[in-house]
Amino acid sequence: MTDHPTGTPATEAVFIPGAPPPATLPADVWRGISRENPVLVQMLGLCPAMAVTNSLANGLAMGAATMLVLLGSELFVSLFRKAIPGEVRITSYVLIIATFVTVVDLALAASFPDISKALGPFMPLIVVNCMILGRAEAFASKVRPVRAMADAIGMGLGFTMALAAVSGVRELLGSGSLLGVDLFGPSWEPWVFMVMPPGGFLTLGVIMLGLAWVTDLRRSRAKAVA
Amino acid sequence: MSNLAWIFISTLLVSNFTLAMFLGLCPFFGVTAKIDTAWRLGAANTFVMLLTAAAAWVLNTYVLTEVPFLRTIAFIVVIASGVQIVEMAIKKLSPTLFRQLGIFLPLITTNCAILGLALFQTARQYTLPESIAFALGGGLGLTLALSLMASIRERMDVADVPVVARGMGLVLIVASVLSMAFMGFAGLGSAP
Repeated sequence: MTDHPTGTPATEAVFIPGAPPPATLPADVWRGISRENPVLVQMLGLCPAMAVTNSLANGLAMGAATMLVLLGSELFVSLFRKAIPGEVRITSYVLIIATFVTVVDLALAASFPDISKALGPFMPLIVVNCMILGRAEAFASKVRPVRAMADAIGMGLGFTMALAAVSGVRELLGSGSLLGVDLFGPSWEPWVFMVMPPGGFLTLGVIMLGLAWVTDLRRSRAKAVA
Repeated sequence: MSNLAWIFISTLLVSNFTLAMFLGLCPFFGVTAKIDTAWRLGAANTFVMLLTAAAAWVLNTYVLTEVPFLRTIAFIVVIASGVQIVEMAIKKLSPTLFRQLGIFLPLITTNCAILGLALFQTARQYTLPESIAFALGGGLGLTLALSLMASIRERMDVADVPVVARGMGLVLIVASVLSMAFMGFAGLGSAP
């Protein structure tokens, strides 16, 4: 996404120290999914990535909830970026995030009580997901609301995809099913280990090792061509 | 009394905050390169956890009974200001310790183990002594996990590891083995 796809080039009116370089909106979205994936590359938000990913439904619900919180908080942090004084900015961001977490938490409990019960205290724990505070501080507080929203969509999708990968593998091997649908029949002996805590560490570890391997292969191929 | 001891042991080993409940993973992976910083951060966390447990109990019992939906917001504000107070107190009382802890002190605010402690204690409806035992077990459990991981990683630095695996992937798999070892404590039973 280094070539410029269609979209409005975002030009900042005033120079802000530490502001992210101008980019098109699709590039802002794509960054969170690929090169700056919050879980797989930046290692942010690991607690939910392993704590609630023992089934695909839980992983997707956590991903969607986090994305909603991310959208709301990045939008508001960006809208109020000139009104919030620098000294109390972290506290203000945390309050904005906590408000949206409460909203999403109550909405989820009202519409999907089963999933809300399965996520339990990990739902309000989205407040301390370092990814959200990190994006608010590093990105949303320095750009226009449109770009902040694009970034939130990208980061949210990247986060959801990482969670879906981890939870898909864990549910498939640990219960022999996907989204609760039995896939292998009664002869399948479930790997109970995978839905227990060590399985979470192991799955994410293997995914990261695989990514490191692919990156290494691509690098050596690029070197061979050059 | 036996109930208190039970909550302590269970939080310390059986359902260890980091290795079984995935709380406080940021310091677990972020600052476990050296054992010295690891256990010092664990100690600071334990202290903040004890304060949080007491504060959360007071909030739950006297303040939030009418407005339970404000719980998340109230907890995070209390934790943030608590950390701020601890920071100022340490700075005044022991500048040496303040310098040693450095940036880790303010970062405790966004450690999910602290908010997690307050939320789990609410969900399980612990009384004040039970909450303190829970916080002590959780904090020492976190310290234990941090120190174990730091010692393993110090040894791993000198081990002959394939280039591809020299990153977080391997650390996660080591954590998986560590977590598996802690599953052995499940034989002790689980907390009520």
